[in-house]
Order: sequence, then structure tokens, then C-alpha cells
Amino acid sequence: MNAAWHYLVGTLGPDLARIILGLVGILVLVQLNAVFLVWLERKVAGHIQARLGPMEVGPHGILQTIVDGIKLVSKELITPRHVDRKLFVLAPIVVFLPAMVGLVVIPFSRHLQVRDLNVGLLLIFAFSSFNVLAILMGGWAANNKYSLMGAIRSVAQNVAYEIPLLLTVVSVLLWSDSLRMSSIVNSQAQVWNVVWMPVAALIFMICATAETNRAPFDIPEAESELVGGFHTEYSGMRFALFFLAEYSNIFIEAAVATTLFFGGWRGPLLPGVVWFFLKTYALIFVVMWVRWTFPRLRFDQLMNFCWKILIPAALIHLVVYAGILELVK
Amino acid sequence: MSTRTPETVTEHTFYLNLGPQHPSTHGVLRLFVKLDGEYVMEVDPIIGYGHRGHEKMAESHFYEQFLPNTPRMDYLSGMLFNHAYVAAVEKMTGIKPPPRAEYIRVVCAELNRVASHLMWLGAYLMDLGGVTPFFYAFDDRENILDILDRVSGSRLTYNYCRFGGVARDVDDTFIGATRDFIKRLRGRWKDYNNLVTKNVIFIHRTRDVGVIDKDIALRFGCTGPVLRAAGVPYDVRRVEPYSVYSELDFEIPTGVNGDALDRYMIRLREMEQSLRIIEQALDRLPGGPIRTPTPNKVRPPKGDYYFAAESARGALGYYIVSDGSEYPYRLKVRVPSYGNLQTLTEVLPGTLVADTICILGSIDIVVPEIDR
Repeated sequence: MNAAWHYLVGTLGPDLARIILGLVGILVLVQLNAVFLVWLERKVAGHIQARLGPMEVGPHGILQTIVDGIKLVSKELITPRHVDRKLFVLAPIVVFLPAMVGLVVIPFSRHLQVRDLNVGLLLIFAFSSFNVLAILMGGWAANNKYSLMGAIRSVAQNVAYEIPLLLTVVSVLLWSDSLRMSSIVNSQAQVWNVVWMPVAALIFMICATAETNRAPFDIPEAESELVGGFHTEYSGMRFALFFLAEYSNIFIEAAVATTLFFGGWRGPLLPGVVWFFLKTYALIFVVMWVRWTFPRLRFDQLMNFCWKILIPAALIHLVVYAGILELVK
Repeated sequence: MSTRTPETVTEHTFYLNLGPQHPSTHGVLRLFVKLDGEYVMEVDPIIGYGHRGHEKMAESHFYEQFLPNTPRMDYLSGMLFNHAYVAAVEKMTGIKPPPRAEYIRVVCAELNRVASHLMWLGAYLMDLGGVTPFFYAFDDRENILDILDRVSGSRLTYNYCRFGGVARDVDDTFIGATRDFIKRLRGRWKDYNNLVTKNVIFIHRTRDVGVIDKDIALRFGCTGPVLRAAGVPYDVRRVEPYSVYSELDFEIPTGVNGDALDRYMIRLREMEQSLRIIEQALDRLPGGPIRTPTPNKVRPPKGDYYFAAESARGALGYYIVSDGSEYPYRLKVRVPSYGNLQTLTEVLPGTLVADTICILGSIDIVVPEIDR
């Protein structure tokens, strides 16, 4: 391992070696994580619903997702005749962008981080908006009424929920004084942020769930209303890309929540990277738990919840927290 | 709810076909919806995709031969349709089934009603986006299917009743399994209440949504839980008692507002009442034969006959015209879902697409029953 690293650095120089290794690492992580999360979701759903979930392929069905993936890859890529071809093909690719870029700045442990940018957090939120763009592209290009309605709902929902999301993030920044991800983690060396601002953590998780279109906020792909929502016309691997991107986005949201509120990789005894994944997957489990427990909100209720409850709550929290911080400092 | 009303076509007007292939139309129903954004302006339910000509088929079959057709009209309450048809022909011919057969029929019919309501409960929550209750409801329903499978030999389209009795006698295993099921389902009410009835999102989605008040319900000829949710205590089992229902003690739950939440509550309470009926019927189950001997071909005397029963969805009626031969001259089935479905044209305008699914689900239609 070490020899390989020295060889790479020697031939490519440290920067290029880091880029290539980072890229490979992120690709592997995104795929493995998606495979694992799809399996985990099916198991969690199964046990919540008084059944077992996948059991046949591999021990406890762990290989089920891989088999499903092979099936999806081997399927024909159907492009319906009436679609806008360019956008239709591009949308599943764009949807992966935020997942890939976001992972660049996330600190998995003290040293395990591809790039510690001084605007790390900004980068994540800037690119996470690409998710909406991809959904809009896919929904619009499919030229299907259900897809269009799903896309419209998605844009309205994501734009609305980004406001309280970012307001809670500002509270964190007041304490850490930096957008650099490692500084945010270091600012929680004594106490995790969630202890000081549980309300912000809660609002963040609610908004993150809405941002990733997860139930009970899965209105853009509300199956019982809009058939498949924005991905109604997608099939085969293109559909799988949307599917995998959803899980990658959940991972990113949970990873950001871990970094912002739960001390990132910090924790006793175990190595940082273990702590980081433990916390992240615990948060993801909560998101799954919520999904399989609650029915879906109606669209107007969803918007009212955001504009009338979450945004005022986040604003008040920000002001109060800033005031307290001013007094303490 | 919005106050928008149907107006003229503007550039925002949007036509959407909900169905015939759609996850939430419960069969092959097509709703032709005129939308303004997400608001429904007009709706036109288009039926007939599942027409199989059951009524016409009856005209070329002996009375006995039509028996297997009856549970296939409403596949979720087949036993009730089967029972009503047999009771109708018995009324025409004057055949008296032995008391044991009557009690067995009531037990099976009420079990089927509970199964139908459980199926509705799961599917309705699925319409609202909650997947988990579906599995719980199906888990319970599975018990009923096993119990009924034991006596009738089928799990869905029960052809169990015969003119003058039932096809097979029940045994102690059946009675024991039924009693166990009653105990089990009563233990499950707590789960359903915690998971669904007290769920804040569920209440927000259903309260004051799809209000079918007394006026609308009566004008459209609604029956069953839809009518009872509007506050009218109309139940054929009580109003025109048939079989042995007049000897059994049960309540007719009624609602107040007639919204989707009321209809949900009515069905939950009806299941409890059905369990009470089953318990009483099992306690009183008399001995004796299960069938009175009947001729191979029944020939009802000439005339028009109407017989009403309460299916899981409302008043079910068989109108049979006999010309004295072994074939019915004409057979017409009055199904509850038809009237209940038509209320959509009045209730849906002004609601959102999401409410459309919620209201359609809360009415509990079975499309093959409408199409026949």
C-alpha cells in the first residue's frame, strides 16, 4: 500500500496522485454505499413490516442489490419517441454530480479527506442544488404529464426547504467561524453541536429529508398519485442512476449532518473513520425508519409546514442562538 | 381546500387521464380530470373497462350455474355476493335453509366483510403513501382467507352457498380458528390506532377532505360506509333484516361530517361489530343438517323479485325476473360502488390531485363490481 502510494506520488506528483486516488475512492464509495443502502433499506422496511426482506442471494440477501444491478445494466435503454433526447439522456448523469462533488470535502477522519477547501460547506450546498436541476431536466424532457407534475413539485419543494436548511447551517457557522469542514469538526472537540442546538439539528434533518425527496416528503415521486413522478419514463440503468443518486444524496445529507451536529469523526476509542460511518448510518437508519412509518404529506401541507413553521423556527433559533453566543463570548 | 370552481378553459388548463393503468385506481377505472395546476376543476369517471357481461350470462345459465359468477363481480366480498344471490333465489322459490346453514352463512359473510375492510385499510394507507400498514392488514386478512379456504375451497372467489344450505359443514377446527382470529384482531386494534388513527399526518390528510354530506349521499344513492359516515344509520342488515341478522345484536356505527376520516373510522368500527356478530353466531350455532334437499333445477314461479343485502360496500340488490323456466329471464344486480363512485363528480372539483387519490380510496370502490 505504502509502496504503491510512493510510486504514484513519485510519478505523478502529490497533487495529481491525490486527485486520482480521491476520484477512485469516491467512485468506489458511492457505488458500495448505494449497494449497501439499497440492501439496508429493504431489510429495514422488511423488518418494520413484519417480514424478512431479501433472504435468497447471499447471507441475509446481502448480494441482492448486486444481482439487481446486473439485471438493470443488462436491460435495454428505452428512449420513448416523444422525449427531448439530449436532456433525457443528460438528466441521469447530472443527478450524480452533487453526490460526487459533495464527497470531496467531507472529512471521513482526521486525515482522510480529499480536499479541505476553505469553502467546503458552501461547495456541498451549491452542488446539492444540481439535484433539483436534474429532476427538472428529467421531468421536463420525458414529455409526460406525470413527470412534469413531479418535476414542478420537486422544484417548489427543494427551493422552499433550502431556506430553513441553510438558516440552521448559519447557526453552526457562528460557532465554528469557518466554512472549512475540518474547522467545523474541530470546533466540536469538547461538545457536539447537537447539544447546544438540538432544534437546529432537528430542522436540518427534516429539511435534508425533504431535499432528498424521501417519505413523508416524497411528493415529487408520489407513487400512488404520479405513478413514478419525474422518473416515470425512465427504465433500465437510467432509472437505476436516479435510484442510486437518491441513496448517495441521503448519504451526503447524513454525512453533512454528522459533520455539522454530531462531531464528525470525533469519538472515543475507535478510529475516526469508524465513528464517522457509525454516526452517518445511524442517521440514515432514522431517515429510513421515518419513511416506513409515516404516510405522505399533501403538497400544500408540505409547503405550509416549511413556510409557516420551519422557516420562522429556524430564524428565531438563529437570532436567539446568536444572542446567546454574543453574551458568552 | 380551495374555493376554485369549474370555469372556462384557460391556458393553464391541463387534462389528465388518471387510469385505466394507474397504481391508485383500484382496477381499471379511468378518471378524466381537468386540472388547473394541481387543482381539479372537473372529473369524469369512465367505467366499463372490466365489463364481462355477468348479467347477460345469467340469462343463458340455470339458476345454479350462475352461482360461480356471483363472487367474481366483487372479488373482495365474494361471500356476500354469493350469499345474497342464494338468498334471493330462496326467496323466489320458497326454499327454507336449515338454521345451521343460516348461521354458517352469516359467520362466513361477516368474516368476508372483515377481510374486505382490512384489504381496504391497507390499500387506502398505501394510497396516502404509508406502505407499512398494508402489510399488517394483509397479515391479518391472510388468517381469514385460510379460514374460509378451509370450508369453501377457495381464497377469494368463494362459491360456498347452495340453494337450501351451504356446500360443506364447518368443523371444530374452523370454529377454533375463527375464535383465535377474533382474539388476534382485537389485539391488533391498538397497533392500528397507534400506527394510523393517531398519526398526525394521516389525520391532516383525511379530516375535512372529500366531504360527502347527507344531501350528496342521498342524491347519488350512496349506501354502506359512505352513507353511514354522513350520519344516516342505513344498513340493510338492520333495515330489512335477512338471514338471521334480526336475532343478532350489533350496532350501526355512524359518522358526523362524512369526510374521509369518518369513513375510515366507520370501517374500523364496523369490523368490530362484525366480530361481535361472528362471536354471537358461533355461540348460537345450532346442530342439524346443513342443507334442505332441493330439486336439481330450481324453477321459481313467474314474477319479478328483488332481494337486498348489505355488502362490504353498501346495499347490494338482486333484481330477478322469472318466466317460470329454469333460466332467469333477466337478472340485474344493484351494486353499491356505482352510486358511491358517482359522488366524485360533485366532491372532487376544487381539491388537489393528492386529494383525488385520497377521496377515491376512501370511497372504497371495486371496479369489476361496477362493470360486471
